[in-house]
Amino acid sequence: MNEAAITDLITRLADDALIIAHRNSEWTGLGPMLEEDIAFSSIAQDKLGHAQALYNILHTNFGQPDPDTVAFTRNEAQFRCCHLVELPIGDYAFSLIRHFLHDAAEWVRYEALEQSTVVPLAQLARKIKGEIKYHLFHAKTWVVQLGAQGNEESHARMQSALNETFPLALGMFEPSEFDGELAAAGIYPGEGQVQQRWLELIAPVLEQATLRMPLVEGADLAASYGGRKGYHTVHLQPMLNEMAEVYRIDPAAEW
Amino acid sequence: MYGNLSIVDTPAGQQAADDPELLAAFEARIDRGEKIEPHDWMPAEYRRQLIRMIEQHAHSEIIGALPEGTWITRAPGFKRKMALMAKVQDEVGHAQLLYSAAETLGKPREAMIDDLLSGKSKYSNVFNYPALTWADTAVIAWLIDAGAIINQHTNAKGSYGPYCRALARICIEESFHLKYGYDNVVTLATGTPTQRAMLQEALNRWWGPIMHFHGPPDKVSQHTEKLVRWKVKMATNDAMRQEFLDTYVPKIWELGLTVPDPNLRKNEETGEWEFSDPDWDEFKRVINGDGPCNAERLAVRRMAEEQGRWVRQALRKPNHAYVAPLS
Ligand SMILES: [Fe+2]
Ligand SMILES: [Fe+2]
Repeated sequence: MNEAAITDLITRLADDALIIAHRNSEWTGLGPMLEEDIAFSSIAQDKLGHAQALYNILHTNFGQPDPDTVAFTRNEAQFRCCHLVELPIGDYAFSLIRHFLHDAAEWVRYEALEQSTVVPLAQLARKIKGEIKYHLFHAKTWVVQLGAQGNEESHARMQSALNETFPLALGMFEPSEFDGELAAAGIYPGEGQVQQRWLELIAPVLEQATLRMPLVEGADLAASYGGRKGYHTVHLQPMLNEMAEVYRIDPAAEW
Repeated sequence: MYGNLSIVDTPAGQQAADDPELLAAFEARIDRGEKIEPHDWMPAEYRRQLIRMIEQHAHSEIIGALPEGTWITRAPGFKRKMALMAKVQDEVGHAQLLYSAAETLGKPREAMIDDLLSGKSKYSNVFNYPALTWADTAVIAWLIDAGAIINQHTNAKGSYGPYCRALARICIEESFHLKYGYDNVVTLATGTPTQRAMLQEALNRWWGPIMHFHGPPDKVSQHTEKLVRWKVKMATNDAMRQEFLDTYVPKIWELGLTVPDPNLRKNEETGEWEFSDPDWDEFKRVINGDGPCNAERLAVRRMAEEQGRWVRQALRKPNHAYVAPLS
């Protein structure tokens, strides 16, 4: 049984979902229009649910603590999320590009995980994919709208957000020491393959949005790695402190 | 969420312009219990008061999302985090519904937001107070939403079709908010001594704003006879406050909590609740901009409007003009 590898994989997925859910929820009441507040909140609620369900698999099948304990009491070094999800919401262009690049990766991951030999994960992947479909649809619609059908300013803002975000997005696919083992056991195809499929998925959308993919063949675009090993940006620990502010008043109490 | 502000400020002589025959027919329709729809004839004053009222209600929803919204990132545990996200999202959805309802009367959403930011248009006074602890969010979700439900159920019986329909939908969601708030309050009330103390302190802080929520007593509020006849104003402030106290004070006491008013009691002879006069000078001061959070609330809203402007501009098509929706 590849328990360490599976635990690491699910923790990565769950931590990404939790942190991006938290970040997306920060748009509530602050969006560029009410409809977008509502959309970002819906997406955040779905992703929070995904995180909880993934932590639940770890709890039920792999002897980890319950989801609340895992989410609300670990420190940053124990988190396995990528840097992309950690950054504050910033400008709407950044949040939108992040939403698009991140959710496209989720789509590819969960599509692969539907075939996973870890049965509860494969079952959950089918359910999650059904929701990511709408998240990705939302992201694509807006990226194309603001990239190609808006005005000069919106195009410029989207392009610079894409340029800034791309190295962070590549960090989603930080190679894992377990990649070979997971692929051999039919659990997960590994980050290299997932990244390749992700590029194939986003390229036509960016083209439709008249946005230039920052990745130039052969050029060395530094991916933001470290998150999967517990090394994070300066933004994560303050966010975790905020998240646990009330919970830590008394972790044993019922809230 | 929405309480009652002073909705009456009739400029003298405005109603003189209304055709007496049309006015009589309009009032007869309202007497028969018919709903007035966007393209029906209506007195200018009716339109003006409704825009004012629905707009204030919409602003209250969007501003009301702020004090609770800041606790989404701190909600303790998955269950509360999820529920609070959904609750605040509902409030933003209410704003969206209500702005649409007001737009049917001819005022575009952007113009309403401009009036909010300039301070010309008000919102419910309670949101000018801070939510200092997690327990404050529990008290807000239970008791402020409870007050809002009383107000909204009452207004849902009014005469303007689009507003009534929006309120019917809103009331269903509000009743979930109240359940969430009550569950949250019960959890704290039956929890650790720290949790109980936190809850009692929050209730003490919020009691003043809660007593202000349904607006000044009728004996001092201005003449509303016409708005009552037109079914714009459906119940008096005092009646709504009495209904609130009658439903919720027993529940508060049942939880072993105290209310910071030594004079609060039900007079068994009259069936009316008696209480100390809330500080109406404070109410006036806060509504006119000098409350603990007025500046912060508007600053946040203004920042959101300004930072999002480029997105809205990018969506604007030159050949699209404003058309009042049909509700
Ligand atoms: Fe509401
Ligand atoms: Fe509510």
